[in-house]
Amino acid sequence: MASRSRSLERPRPVAVGAGRIVSRVSRMRELGLLVALLAIVVVVSIQAPRFLTLGNLREILLSVAILAIVGVGQTLVILTRNVDLSVGSMAGLSAFLGADMFKHHLTTSVPVVLAVGCLIGVALGAFNGLLVTVGQVPSIVATLGTLYAFRGLDYWIAGGGQVSAYDVPASYLNLATAQVLGVPVLVLFALVIVAIFSYLLRFSRTGRQLYAIGSNPEAAQMMGIRSDLLVFGTFVICGLLSGFAGVLWGSRYGSVNASVGTGFELQDIAAVVVGGVNIFGGAGTIVGSVLGAIVLGTIEDALTILKLSAFWLQAIYGAAILAAVTVDALITRRMQRALFARRQR
Amino acid sequence: MRQLARWVGRWEALLVVLLVASVIFGDLTSPHYMTGFNFSTMTSDIMERAIMALPMTLIIIAAEIDLSVASVLGLSSCVLGLAWLHHVPFALCLVLALLTGLVCGWFNGFLVTWLALPSLVVTLGTLALYRGLASVVLGEQSVSSFPTSFTNFGFNTIPGTLIPWPFVVFAVLAVIFIVVLHFSRYGREIYAIGNNKEAALFSAVQVNRIKLVLFIVSGVLSALAGIIFTARFSSSRADNATGFELDVIAAVLLGGVNIFGGRGSLVGVILSLFIIASIRDSLSLIDVADEIQSIVVGSLLILSVLGPNLVRRLRAARTRPLVPRPVARAEPGD
Repeated sequence: MASRSRSLERPRPVAVGAGRIVSRVSRMRELGLLVALLAIVVVVSIQAPRFLTLGNLREILLSVAILAIVGVGQTLVILTRNVDLSVGSMAGLSAFLGADMFKHHLTTSVPVVLAVGCLIGVALGAFNGLLVTVGQVPSIVATLGTLYAFRGLDYWIAGGGQVSAYDVPASYLNLATAQVLGVPVLVLFALVIVAIFSYLLRFSRTGRQLYAIGSNPEAAQMMGIRSDLLVFGTFVICGLLSGFAGVLWGSRYGSVNASVGTGFELQDIAAVVVGGVNIFGGAGTIVGSVLGAIVLGTIEDALTILKLSAFWLQAIYGAAILAAVTVDALITRRMQRALFARRQR
Repeated sequence: MRQLARWVGRWEALLVVLLVASVIFGDLTSPHYMTGFNFSTMTSDIMERAIMALPMTLIIIAAEIDLSVASVLGLSSCVLGLAWLHHVPFALCLVLALLTGLVCGWFNGFLVTWLALPSLVVTLGTLALYRGLASVVLGEQSVSSFPTSFTNFGFNTIPGTLIPWPFVVFAVLAVIFIVVLHFSRYGREIYAIGNNKEAALFSAVQVNRIKLVLFIVSGVLSALAGIIFTARFSSSRADNATGFELDVIAAVLLGGVNIFGGRGSLVGVILSLFIIASIRDSLSLIDVADEIQSIVVGSLLILSVLGPNLVRRLRAARTRPLVPRPVARAEPGD
């Protein structure tokens, strides 16, 4: 089984109304996030009017878009009660290899680089998926290992080298700056990906099966769901999206070295967990994790606008993860108690 | 004879073979490997990770995990530096650093036990939180003007030998941990928790209290490792020992501890610590960068779980009964 049975202490709510608890918690979560977002926006824009300018909002959207794309992949993986810690390393490797192609042949077309980035991601993701499904290595161990192995590979290939904005063609950099009707292309990419996977997760049979695997791996197996195949698939998609995001990262910042995307897994998991996806699988939505990405991206931007030290950033990511899971635990506990009391009557 | 066979089949025996192999590999790669001085620095180099691996072993056996150890190390090192910068007496600086570790460990344990949150998420959160606080505390500066007696403790060896002082600290702690885990009631209880938490609870094991204590011990020892790190490099910086948690967890898992708890021994972990140290050392001797060395450590981490899984699979395939074993199957009308 590709499950993490470390999760044995997940409180199993009584069967009656359990689904309602989950949906109510997640609805409260999305509402809570919107309120938090609104509060941040109001407070920051009073302090610094520059915050609400079009240029700044576009800046926020750009970083949120990259985070959200990887967040979609991570959400799929986490829904099946797994986790992928190697997303930052996969993005870094594809960012470097992609940008490096221009250094050798400036005339390489951008779609080719995008495709290569995606393929690298698919290969790395498939490696993770094989370890977890065929090798039966717990995903946390497997991807902790590949987090370092892929990054090491990146350093090995780069050998201290760097690709700067002068080495890449303008069409590559345009990927991030070009706009359609005032919306950056990068953001459109993210929107399309979010829409497709949201739809599939909600309405397709495979999507529902992912939830089933995460809620109860044994039951899913007995129902005849091909868990291993689907889990493998989620890792491949997560790799694909990470690779794609890596190339976009390169186009946004222009200069790429071997350290691109270091620590990105933390932001990514923070966004997903803050967005209300249960770390033990089976519950959560892509819209939720996108909201999580928006909140974190806004906080990051607000710190710079308010000229607060960037050192706070990592601490805030950590605190956000802790706050999200704590609030979840407290709400679930209260609702369970209420439900239990009702059943007693 | 059968006993010998059983011993050879044990994980620890495999680790001894691996250790010998890594030493031979080291000797082949560089003429500077087989020297007393190199072994001394190699040992000295892993002392922080070795000290953090002791409580980590107990925590993973109890089916939890602590990803925040390296961040606690960094934060307490920064607190030590900051206090010293503000002319706090040095002994008090050390106490403050240890207290930092205690509070950090307690906070982890509190969230895991009181709120019943998964330690994986909690310590992933505090990994970022503590590291972030470390850079808030000290910013980009580094403190390096520590008293010489302190830095000598980090650099020097026991007079007349090649044994570094930090190793003495580790050896004492290792003996204590081996006694507690393998020869005391608490040790049995830790295994019980890891094997079956509910059963342990019903057998009057104070599950939450033991877990809380384990996280606190992990915090304090990470702070101790932070003090040793600061002494060895004579510097406190916010990014001290970033990423050490990988080496610690890799060592524990390679040492034969089950990631889901309930199984493992400290002897295996100590052996695997030296295997990793030896490999990293011989790679450093031939100028392989730290990040690239991590490929080896990351692969070892994966292989330590993948290897036994594949062996078990092969064995199961060979002894597969002709009639498939009855699997729990939902009966119609169930």
